[in-house]
Amino acid sequence: MKQKKTFFRVLRHIRPYSFFVILSILCGAVSVAAQLLVPIFCGDAIDYMLGIGRVDFAAVKELIFSIALVTALSAAAQWVLAACNNRVTFCVSRDLRNEAMKKLQKLPLSYLDAHPSGDLVSRIIADVDTFADGLLMGFTQFFTGLLTILGTLGIMLFLNPGITAIVVLLTPLSLFVAAFIAKRTYKYFGKQAQVRGEQTALINEMVEGQKIVQAFGYEGRSLEAFDEVNERLRSVSVKAVFFSSLTNPSTRLVNNIVYAGVGLASAMIAISGGITIGELSIFLSYASQYAKPFNEISGVVTEMQNALACAARIFELIDEPDESPDRENAAEFQSQGQVRLSHVFFSYDPDKPLIEDLNLEVKPGQRVAIVGPTGCGKTTLINLLMRFYDVRKGSIQIDGKDIRDMTRHSLRQNYGMVLQDTWLKTGTVRENIAYGKPGASMEEVVEAAKAAHAHSFIRRLPKGYDTLIGENGGNISQGQKQLLCIARVMLCLPPMLILDEATSNIDTRTEVRIQEAFAKMMKGRTSFLVAHRLSTIREADVILVMKDGHILEKGTHESLMASHGFYEKLYNSQFGG
Amino acid sequence: MKYLKFYLKDYKRDSILAPLFKMLEAMFDLLVPVVVAHIINVGIVRQDRGDILRCCGLLVLMAIVGLCCSFTAQYFAARAAIGSAAGLRHMLFSHIQRLGFSEMDTIGTSTLITRMTSDINQVQNGLNLFLRLFLRSPFIVFGAMVMAFTINVKIALIFVVTIPVLSVIIFGIMGITSPLYKKVQGKLDVITGNARENLSGVRVIRAFGKEQEETDHFSGANEELVKGQLFVGRLSALMNPLTYSAVNIGIIAILWAGSRSVESGVLMSGDIVALVNYMSQILVELVKLANLIVSISRAMASLGRVEQVLDTKTAMEFPEDTQNGEDAGCGDGEEAVRFEQVSLSYAQAGEESLSDISFSVKKGETVGIIGGTGSGKTSLVHLIPRFYDATSGEVSILGRPVKEWDKETLRRKVGIVMQRVQVFSGTIRSNLLMGNEGAGEEEMWQALRAAQAEEFVMKKSEGLDEPVEQGGRNLSGGQKQRLTIARALVRKPEILILDDSSSALDYATDAALRKALKDLPSNVTVFLVSQRTSSIRHADHILVLEDGKAAGWGTHEELLESCQIYREIYESQYGKGESAV
Repeated sequence: MKQKKTFFRVLRHIRPYSFFVILSILCGAVSVAAQLLVPIFCGDAIDYMLGIGRVDFAAVKELIFSIALVTALSAAAQWVLAACNNRVTFCVSRDLRNEAMKKLQKLPLSYLDAHPSGDLVSRIIADVDTFADGLLMGFTQFFTGLLTILGTLGIMLFLNPGITAIVVLLTPLSLFVAAFIAKRTYKYFGKQAQVRGEQTALINEMVEGQKIVQAFGYEGRSLEAFDEVNERLRSVSVKAVFFSSLTNPSTRLVNNIVYAGVGLASAMIAISGGITIGELSIFLSYASQYAKPFNEISGVVTEMQNALACAARIFELIDEPDESPDRENAAEFQSQGQVRLSHVFFSYDPDKPLIEDLNLEVKPGQRVAIVGPTGCGKTTLINLLMRFYDVRKGSIQIDGKDIRDMTRHSLRQNYGMVLQDTWLKTGTVRENIAYGKPGASMEEVVEAAKAAHAHSFIRRLPKGYDTLIGENGGNISQGQKQLLCIARVMLCLPPMLILDEATSNIDTRTEVRIQEAFAKMMKGRTSFLVAHRLSTIREADVILVMKDGHILEKGTHESLMASHGFYEKLYNSQFGG
Repeated sequence: MKYLKFYLKDYKRDSILAPLFKMLEAMFDLLVPVVVAHIINVGIVRQDRGDILRCCGLLVLMAIVGLCCSFTAQYFAARAAIGSAAGLRHMLFSHIQRLGFSEMDTIGTSTLITRMTSDINQVQNGLNLFLRLFLRSPFIVFGAMVMAFTINVKIALIFVVTIPVLSVIIFGIMGITSPLYKKVQGKLDVITGNARENLSGVRVIRAFGKEQEETDHFSGANEELVKGQLFVGRLSALMNPLTYSAVNIGIIAILWAGSRSVESGVLMSGDIVALVNYMSQILVELVKLANLIVSISRAMASLGRVEQVLDTKTAMEFPEDTQNGEDAGCGDGEEAVRFEQVSLSYAQAGEESLSDISFSVKKGETVGIIGGTGSGKTSLVHLIPRFYDATSGEVSILGRPVKEWDKETLRRKVGIVMQRVQVFSGTIRSNLLMGNEGAGEEEMWQALRAAQAEEFVMKKSEGLDEPVEQGGRNLSGGQKQRLTIARALVRKPEILILDDSSSALDYATDAALRKALKDLPSNVTVFLVSQRTSSIRHADHILVLEDGKAAGWGTHEELLESCQIYREIYESQYGKGESAV
């Protein structure tokens, strides 16, 4: 049922390319018809060569001419057919990919956080690829295969129903044989896949942990474990590969027997003059041709099912609900930097309450530091401020205005954000710094880099600001990447800042210098700081001490130390030595 | 090829018999048109029903014998290909285990894994195909031509022309398209990278409001991909029509020349049927051959990559067993570790990672190593268990240069907890046993206790036998880290190295761990690598590293006095002028 639905949906995606589909079907029909005619012409030509002095050259010439014509026609049709199929397939997969990508930008973060990115990438890339392969094969082989079978059948029936009966009755035998073998091999293939998976897991683990393996002198034991799996894989693979390779010879045997049967029957009939020798040659060539599409079509059907399964996975992604759209009257907005959280409730999982009844009032220009053990909800708070997630209850207001009443775009433009996760785009250093302000001049970029203490290392890069940064930052260190992320924000300087463990990858000495830059940047800007190093947040105007989603304590460093609470304990555990 | 041959030798019989039997099968295929021609020329013309029956019986018999040959060939081919691939895999695995750290860094883990898995699978498939088909297809192509010659020399010349023409078309198109396909693959990689980047950077992209630009960027790359795909598609779509035309032109030529021969009585119509059949057979086999060559060249490339790893010899040689020498007095000295003017530069790196480091540590002392990111802390401690060899200078442990220790003893004496936390699938017990195969229950708990892991292990429903999933997915970062510490402790090393091993621990746990380390037997020398002064301030010696050079050596108090870098680090963590307790 679901498969059917997916199928119709695929058809809808193909519809814009109907012209090419129709052209492809027409060309398929032409090429099959032409291909079927060639053996007939050949047979007829042979019938005009009866023996010494009994060759009708004029007729042979005419037939040869027909063969040439039909060949040319068929060749042209074949090419157009393939070109059309390519176009339909690749364009449909392009459309799907674009659609999926567009979707990705609109999915709520709750979805993206909950799904491994590897899985999503494989849907957009690998699944679309498999889908395209299946679709292409389906287009190319299914229709032409069907036409070939029908055409061959028709012509054979026209020539001699008796011999046709032999072909039609015996050919399915090869399908039975193939199915019989496939069933036996299935078991071995399943086993092989399982053992191979086991081995891959072992290889992954042992090679990734190779340094540990060697440090602990574990080589011998790990080789033993490997050899055991390797031997099991060998013995099951031999069986799987051997049994599966029986399919082709076995179906070939059936086809050869059909061939012999056709040869016998038509020769016997030919003796009594029922058919000519030319017709006999037609039968022989059809007998071998007739069976082929059957084998192919069974392959195509599996391939198509596979393609449909992949398509379903893509549609599933495309059908995910978008994040709630901006409200209709949502406004563009430039903040003064006053933030208020009132009675905010939030949790990722409804069964596990996280943030409950959180209240906070931040005046413009204030510095708010959030501290607490891992998993206490620090990052969650930032998710809410940036509206990556919406609050379940309560509200967050900026300058007295509910953030749900402004466009996400303008809300986020009011914040500058540096995260622990140092994400950079593939592109040059300059492009990355100017990410938030593509029109920035070189001077501005250098200025921002200097402010982030990134200028000196950038200058030492092989091509300075034009150095290309590969996927995941490739050639520069984690700390340097973080400096670039900071420079990226330095260039935009929005009215509010969010720094989530922004200096976690930088050694403390460099950090001190960046802190100075931060301090300059934060002046007059409302800022939210998450840090595990308490020393970096002592100067905050408000410190929120969070634990398990609750604000445990709130105050300045001095007042918190004076109250001898959780903060004091945290602080002392860090500096107590 | 040299390594594969080594294992193929074990399957000599199989790898000779497989192609032979396949050729035998091909022979029967080649004989079919001759038999059919006989049916037409003799059976039908002479109206000899018995002859026709015999001929068809012969066809069936040939098919059955062919099947048997084919089965035999498939069996031997599968055995030889899979057996050699398994051997190759074993060889590669044990080779990887012998590689030094430096070679591993150069090659890269993910590369090693693909070599072990998909590359060797490619080799296996390629070898299997090769054994089965590399004789068969050319045999049929040339066999068909030879058979044509036996029928009629003049007409056989048509084959002599057609075969090269077909080959040029098939191999030409494949030659032109295969680099283009590689380019298309490159474009696919671009959009894959693009998609991945968009997912990993989703927060930043949204924070900067760049959703539309990113989508447009993706569409642009996607369009490039489609353009490439369509272009290659159009080229390779030429293959079928062109070969089809070439074969049909061949058939036309046969019919034309054949009609003359029949007229003059040289040939009979059955012969023409046979010749046309041969022509069709050639096309099928040439296409198979072309595909075979693609698979084999892919397999050869994979084999090349595998052999590249096998050719990588480790630069590090360990002497044979030195256990006996140990009794001869080496273990008795006071000195635990000595660095003498040690420098290290990694392979393929220009600058020195460590330069001119000298110090010496007595047994039972604790050494703290501190410095910024990339200052060489990890490089330094990796020299102690001889993961790398110093480029110059000498590292000695327990009074003997590391180069003179045999691998097993050396690694048993030095226990290390690496920065990158890595546990193995199995159970908590199996992970601990990795550290020390002979450890008893009590020893394990002792190690866990010292590593501050006792509590969480006790809380697990199965205690020591609690399963650990691959990569330790079911443990938290802190739990994994403590487990790796316990793994090193259970080994009871004489020198223990903790390389930034408390990064995932909160401060209280870290402090408790440091206290437990103090309670280790008095002869255990401990190296603590950290970025935090609080972790190392109580060490007997502190080594301050800056850009691979020693910037200070002394106790906490001494360094605060004398070493400006140390003071800066300390102040950056505690604030100026404040003295923490």
